[in-house]
Amino acid sequence: MISLANVDKKFAATGEVVKPLNLEIPDGQFISFLGPSGCGKSTLLRIIAGLETSTNGTVNVRETKRISFVFQEPQLLPWRSVLENVRLPLELESEQAERSDQDETSRQALIRVGLGEALEKMPHQLSGGMKMRVSLARALVTKPQILLLDEPFGALDEVTRFRLQEDLRSFWRASRMTVVFVTHSMSEAAFLAERQIVFSARPARVVVDRLSGLSAKRDDSTRLSAEFANEVRELQARFRSNEEYP
Amino acid sequence: MSEMPRNRWSRSLLPVIPLVIGSVLIEVLTRTSVIPTYILPAPTEVIKSLFDDAAEYVTGFRSTAIGAVGGLALSFFVGIFIAIAVSLSSVMRRAFLPYATFFQTVPIIAIAPMLVIWFGFGRPTVIASAFIVSLFPIIANSILGLQSTDPQLVDLFRLHRASKLKTLCKLRLPSALPAIFSGLRIASGLAVIGAIVGEFIAGGGLGEVVDSARTQQRLDKVFAAVLLSSLLGWFLILIIDFISRIMLRSWYVGERSNLEDSSR
Repeated sequence: MISLANVDKKFAATGEVVKPLNLEIPDGQFISFLGPSGCGKSTLLRIIAGLETSTNGTVNVRETKRISFVFQEPQLLPWRSVLENVRLPLELESEQAERSDQDETSRQALIRVGLGEALEKMPHQLSGGMKMRVSLARALVTKPQILLLDEPFGALDEVTRFRLQEDLRSFWRASRMTVVFVTHSMSEAAFLAERQIVFSARPARVVVDRLSGLSAKRDDSTRLSAEFANEVRELQARFRSNEEYP
Repeated sequence: MSEMPRNRWSRSLLPVIPLVIGSVLIEVLTRTSVIPTYILPAPTEVIKSLFDDAAEYVTGFRSTAIGAVGGLALSFFVGIFIAIAVSLSSVMRRAFLPYATFFQTVPIIAIAPMLVIWFGFGRPTVIASAFIVSLFPIIANSILGLQSTDPQLVDLFRLHRASKLKTLCKLRLPSALPAIFSGLRIASGLAVIGAIVGEFIAGGGLGEVVDSARTQQRLDKVFAAVLLSSLLGWFLILIIDFISRIMLRSWYVGERSNLEDSSR
């Protein structure tokens, strides 16, 4: 369970970014933070990750042991091969583990994201979508209990983005980790998440907290279904009725 | 663009044309005594001296090269060490960075006589002189490189609870490599200058050849030695570029072609 009690964030330079907020995310939930660009949802994600401290309030992330974070850009180390990039978190976290074990774990993670053939490639040889897959494999390699993603698919073309969304859903269904996915795309939030939180423009304030009406099994055909259209319409209505949204 | 010759070879031959024209011009002006030979030597005299006094130049070149490379190597290790210390701790940064900046402004010509007092006549003074002038660009560039690590990658390392040492070895140092190499490139040219200045005072190498030829009014020898020391600096830069190209080759697609573009 991730629980935030009266958490807010003020920056000296830009003022209040997140208004005092209470939020509980049960274990294993796939939740999406939806909001306009620059509204403070990414800051909230960084607070959950422990990369940023809240100005007030308490953040209680139980099982803080294994959190992984996926950034907007793939953020691979250009001097390391694909396999070495995925192995990085294992190298950082453990002191004495066998290199061959780490390699095997990393290889498994890469096979899961469909890159079992590209182990020895260097990052600059990969397409944008493949780089993001490596980034996902690097996040999954530690078998995280909490996976935090900050608009990871924003820069990808639609076909690649759809495929990665479906893959992310299946990783979540297979592992039952908690996933917090930040996005400004309503259809992405509708397709991915079991629960959607819509934030106001900066400073972020929760305007909607709703559960998805879609069934757990979602694939490409879901995107064309009437249920999906309803979900998006629902989010859109809440988004538009939010008067603070410019 | 349209006036640029298409052919690669004719394009890289272009800089040779001013050289040939300039040399011929100076040759004519000196031979006809328009310019007296105590002001400028005839280019052919310089070339002739290169062959006639070849043994002296070879010894001098080798000696200056050892002095310059010795000073450069020393400032590389000391510079990286200082840069790491300074970038790891803000206390170190406050305490030592002002001195590093101050080092940059030390006029090497003015302190070279002091170096002779400290290190005596001969190579140690030459190395010390090359070291002092080449240290700053290495410190400055390495610090810049070490501090410009991508903040999100630093976050990634923090998230996985990497120690300071692991963050340094696996992230900050490799990220700083391109900046460190550009510092080395600047430093290698400066190291030759430092070595020559050291040799003016402490003797040995091409610096001594220049100094003694000057007192003998042998301008052809002065020019030949100056030419050789420039070649030495250029040669060092080529070696640094070669090493950096090998080490960074796998990072970027266009590393090689970028370099060619910028030097065009």
